[in-house]
This record gives sequence, C-alpha cells and structure tokens, in this order.
Amino acid sequence: MEKNLRRKYINPYLGGFLIGIALIAAYYFSGEGLGSSGAYKRFVIASIDAISHTYALNSHYSGAIVKAGNPLNTWLVFELLGVVAGAILSAAVYGRLKWEIGKSPKITNKTRLIAALIGGILWGVGTQLGRGCTSGLIMSGMAVNSLSGYIGLLAVFGGGYLFAYFFRKLWI
Amino acid sequence: MGPLYPLGHISEPTNLLIGFFIGMLFGWGLEASGFTNTRKLAGVFYGYDMTVLKVFFTAALTAAAGLFIMHHYGIIDLTQIFYPHTYWLPTLTGGLLMALGFLIGGFCPGTGFCAASTGKIDGIVFVVGVFIGIYFYAFTYEPIFEKFRNSTFMGQVNIADWLGIREGLFIFIMIIIAIGSYIFADWVQKKVNKNKSKEELEDLGL
Repeated sequence: MEKNLRRKYINPYLGGFLIGIALIAAYYFSGEGLGSSGAYKRFVIASIDAISHTYALNSHYSGAIVKAGNPLNTWLVFELLGVVAGAILSAAVYGRLKWEIGKSPKITNKTRLIAALIGGILWGVGTQLGRGCTSGLIMSGMAVNSLSGYIGLLAVFGGGYLFAYFFRKLWI
Repeated sequence: MGPLYPLGHISEPTNLLIGFFIGMLFGWGLEASGFTNTRKLAGVFYGYDMTVLKVFFTAALTAAAGLFIMHHYGIIDLTQIFYPHTYWLPTLTGGLLMALGFLIGGFCPGTGFCAASTGKIDGIVFVVGVFIGIYFYAFTYEPIFEKFRNSTFMGQVNIADWLGIREGLFIFIMIIIAIGSYIFADWVQKKVNKNKSKEELEDLGL
C-alpha cells in the first residue's frame, strides 16, 4: 500500500493549476512572481556580507543589495522557506520523506552525483547571467507576458531538446 | 485592489508571512506533481514522461489568464507589480547554460531545493552545485560577466506588444498551443513507453 502511494503523484493539470494559483496570489498580495534562484543569490550575498561587509558593499554584484539592508530580509527568501515547508509537508503526506538518490538504473550513484553537481554549477552561472530560473524568469515572466520569460522558455526548453541527444546515456 | 503590498494595503511583516504561505503552496504543488523525482523532470526531454510540460504550461497560463482577467475587472493593477526588464542576449545565453544544467543535473533550482528538502541526495548535491556556480559568478562578476549581463537592454517588453497583437489574443493563442502540446505530449509518451514494463512505468508514477 505504502509503496503504491509513494509513487502516486497528483494529476499534472491539477498540479499546474495549484502552482498557477500560487503565482496569481504572489502577484496579487506582494506584486512579485514566484522564484528560487533569487533567494539562492540572497543567501550567497548574505554569506559574503557576513565575512567582509566592505567587499560585499564594493562589489558590483552585491553592492546595491547590501546597501539596501539585510540581504535575507526579502520576500523571495521567505517564499523559498515556504517552498521547503510545503515540499516536506507533501512528501510526508505521500510517504516520500526518505533518503534516496534519484537516477536512471543504468548509471551508478557516483555518476549521478557528479552530474548533479556539474548541472547545479551550470544553473548557478546561468541563472545569474540570464536573470532568473525556470520559476523566476520563465514561469513568472510568462504569467505577465514578458518577452524575457519567453526568451528564457525558448533557451531552456529549446536548448534542452537541442542538446538532449548528447546526454541521453544519463537518463535512458 | 491589488497588488496589496506595493499599494500599501498590508504591512511588510504581513507581506513576508504571506510570501511564506504562498511558497508552501508552490512547494506542495511541485512535490505532489513528482518534481523531486529527477527522472520525471528529465523525461520531458526524452519523451518517456511529459509531466513537466503539462504542469509548467498549465501553471504559467493559468496565471497569465487569471491576471489578465483580474486586471480587466480592476482587481489588480498590473502596472504596479514587478515587471522584468529584457536583456535578450544574456538571457538567451544564460538560458542555454541552464538547458545544459537541466540535462546534466536533472533539476532546476526550485525543484532541486524541494528534492534536497525531502531527502533526495542528488538534490542536495545539485543545490550545492548551484551555490558553487553563484559564488563563482559573484567573485568573477566584474571582469567576466558584468558588461555582457547588461548588454542588449530592451526595457520592459511585453511580448504581445512586441508581436503587435492584443494581449488577450496572445494568451488565447498560447492556451491553444498548450492544449495542442498536451495532446502531442501524450502521443509521444505513449509511443516511447510502448515496450516498457509495468514496473518501470509505476516507478515514474505514470
């Protein structure tokens, strides 16, 4: 019974609708889109600021944010903390809270973890250069018909299909 | 009328608290849709699991249609929300890096954070990678990235204006495209998974 529930996911259209409602609420209450890379950025800047306030203040990357006050005292950080709480709650309800490595059965754990690290690094650079990730740049951008959101959609998903062939051994 | 915080109808602490609860709904939606399972995410690029396309398009277009209607009836003033500036070349380039990151890492930053929070070790390693990438960017920003990141500035560009059509029509066209893509996605997924065992499909929750 529990095993069946563990792989039981909600209807994708319902899932999309729920996330869409969360996105509408974000704009209605706070005037902001949903994001995550923006919160990562705040964590990084807060850590740099904690080590050297002068460096953080003078860096063109973090200066404006540090000048405005505590880098963590921002909507996106609270939103991402909520994401963590929501994900844990859902995983607990469906019995999916357990240590495991998600991967194709054809690759080793080591390969998977190295790939996850490299992929993460690419995202780290890509989100900063591209001004957001799947949620902040693309989904929230599409919600307000922003051209940048659609450029992101084209690049991330178009690029994904373009390059998929080269990484197929990681997945199929 | 919304947006409530930018128009001064709610206080800053209330706004942050609401942000937490909105995030909870977002996180619940991502986890319950199966997005802490890296194979479900990568599946969209190989056709064996098209869930990402369905969830993602439905979420973005539900919000686009909802906000458009709310703006029309004066429930929200969309000129008062955060509206991104377009820098087309850095976004395109960053997006291609993200595409590679998706294919190699199997997550995006939001889904990776959910995966890490719920005990997926690959998610934790992915999130560490994202932080390494951002630190690298932060410390090399001025010599390497600053000039490029601020190039090809176009201002706040609405895609419907840019295409020269009305916003409502654009959203309508996107909804038609989305529905077409759902039908196509189901067809592809069925074809790709034709010879897969029942256990294999159950593992993906299909």
